[in-house]
Amino acid sequence: MDLTDKLLSSFIAFEDQVNVNDPVHEIRTEALKRFEKQGFPNKKLEAWKYTSLQDLLTTDYSIFPNSKCALEYANVRQYFLHEIETFKIVFVDGQYSSFLSETTHDGVDVCLFSAAIEKPKYKHVVDAYFNKVANQKDALTNLNTSFANEGAYIFIPKGKAPLKPIEIVHFATGNTPQLLLQPRNLIVLEEGAEAQIIERHQALSPIEAFTNSVTEIYAGKNAILDYYKFQNDQLTASLVDNTYIDQKEGSEVRVHTLSFGNKLVRNNLNFYQNGEHCNSVLKGVTLASERQHVDHYTLVHHAQPNCESHQDYKGVYDDRSVGVFNGKIIVDQIAQKINAFQQNNNLLINDKATVNTKPQLEIFADDVRCSHGCTIGQLDEDALFYLRSRGIPEKESRALLMYAFANNVLESVKNNALERRVKQVIADKLGVRLGFNL
Amino acid sequence: MLHIENLHARVEEKEILKGISLDVKPGEVHAIMGPNGSGKSTLASVIAGREDFEVTDGKVSLDQQDLLDLDPEERAHAGVFLSFQYPVEIPGVTVTNFIKASINESRKARGLEEMPANEMLSKIREKSALLEIDRKFLSRSLNEGFSGGEKKRNEIFQMAMLEPKLAILDETDSGLDIDALRIVANGVNKLRSKENAIVVITHYQRLLDYIVPDHVHVLYNGRIVKSGTKELAKELEEKGYDWIKAENV
Repeated sequence: MDLTDKLLSSFIAFEDQVNVNDPVHEIRTEALKRFEKQGFPNKKLEAWKYTSLQDLLTTDYSIFPNSKCALEYANVRQYFLHEIETFKIVFVDGQYSSFLSETTHDGVDVCLFSAAIEKPKYKHVVDAYFNKVANQKDALTNLNTSFANEGAYIFIPKGKAPLKPIEIVHFATGNTPQLLLQPRNLIVLEEGAEAQIIERHQALSPIEAFTNSVTEIYAGKNAILDYYKFQNDQLTASLVDNTYIDQKEGSEVRVHTLSFGNKLVRNNLNFYQNGEHCNSVLKGVTLASERQHVDHYTLVHHAQPNCESHQDYKGVYDDRSVGVFNGKIIVDQIAQKINAFQQNNNLLINDKATVNTKPQLEIFADDVRCSHGCTIGQLDEDALFYLRSRGIPEKESRALLMYAFANNVLESVKNNALERRVKQVIADKLGVRLGFNL
Repeated sequence: MLHIENLHARVEEKEILKGISLDVKPGEVHAIMGPNGSGKSTLASVIAGREDFEVTDGKVSLDQQDLLDLDPEERAHAGVFLSFQYPVEIPGVTVTNFIKASINESRKARGLEEMPANEMLSKIREKSALLEIDRKFLSRSLNEGFSGGEKKRNEIFQMAMLEPKLAILDETDSGLDIDALRIVANGVNKLRSKENAIVVITHYQRLLDYIVPDHVHVLYNGRIVKSGTKELAKELEEKGYDWIKAENV
């Protein structure tokens, strides 16, 4: 049985676990119908030209985990930003772990999607926001919506900000060796609200986990959100991340995608600017090696005037790794006075590594500033000699140059604990310890 | 200290150094002059270990240690320092972090512990003052957007921090105005000692008014065609290089 058939037949079993009389379930069944028509995307589609899911689709994934598995905090502490205080929404094999989590309802709601759809007091939020900004033409998003039941629910009311950064962590234990996970996150920031969120997916052993995640984010007027996607999973785990962001007037949303691990990653990052004076920031650092495949597929839709967007993606590809950057910018006719910047720079460390980079601009307004640039290059031999002539060995010199290359993206990371963590991962991945603190 | 014997080097099929011999003793300053394209910078690069050049014959040693078998970083650890004619811009690495990495990697190679942070800091303070370098300059990205003078001053600052046995200054005077030249030369003079040696590569005599050499060599067409005292440099300044060329057709 192929994965599509398996999913469709599993839906009945899924319905035993959820309230089928809830209006949310109507949205699920509609989404399933759409997915059934569409099927999984294949390479014939322009959007999936450089990334194939074929390998994943022939894997016999379990749609539900085998058994409930409890984790000791001490064994997974390293995956949290334990140096600082955070709220935590933690899932183990797709199931909420109250033991590892630290949620709150004190002024803000940092809790569970499953609770939000069950409890009457959240009904109006779910009704107003669930599956509204998510692209209903996207097959994988529809698939996620069909099985949407668990994930993070974050609601920050007008003018509020949680006291601590929020970590959303999904563990896959290995109890189920081939597991499909479909978390669904709903994040709403009302007018003037602020938040900082770190999301991470982590398999605890080299298992074939496949995560198809959807995150809907609504940033109200003048809201400010910093969102970090820290992707450093096992080299056997795959992730398709579908993130949809609706921005209202004056809001600022910054998403950093920090990709170091995984077998295959596809980041569908979609920004919709639905108010004036919005700012959207998309930054990415990718370090790939072996046979890793990392695909950044971004969309910034400027639908209102006087807005800005800034995209800066840096990638370093070694061994036989493959990188993709596809950056689409749409500027509607009414969206005058737009500043849209896009940059994608790549280093190929090995002859066998590949990068496909493609800017896509669709501009219908006439008074806009739009710039884009992409480069694919190698380490500068002159710079390498310069560093070596100062006594820095070749390996460390190469690492220093790669680090320097990615560094300007890290400078905008506002969480110091995370920044240190990321720099450590980079140093580890480059296999060096430099004579100063990265 | 530095011993060069019958050094031949080429890039691709073109022979650039055609048998150079030179001996530099501790405490000495040697100037290597010559017209453009004579092989001055190639000589500096070959000593420092640039891989673009292939050494086809000859020897280069520092305190009896053969340099030609060593990687550029190993030559640096042995005490060789090259001040670049065109220092490379490296965005994303600050001057301070670069110098820390440089010093600590050299210490590591010698089996020493990393330099303690406070010691590093006071050394950076002392040496940057010597070259009249502003504190803010140290937290800027290495050479990025630096003026010609700032780049050269930064090179000599690195030399001061690394305290090499042998410093080769490749066209350190180019792109410097007279004030910057004076600061740089003053810095170099303060670093002179009985234990170290300096090779100054320059097209013009100007720098040698400030860094006074013990020996002057004229390099032409890949060979040292004339050696003398500082008076030779003055002679070259007056007569130009044409008489050298005429004598060596």
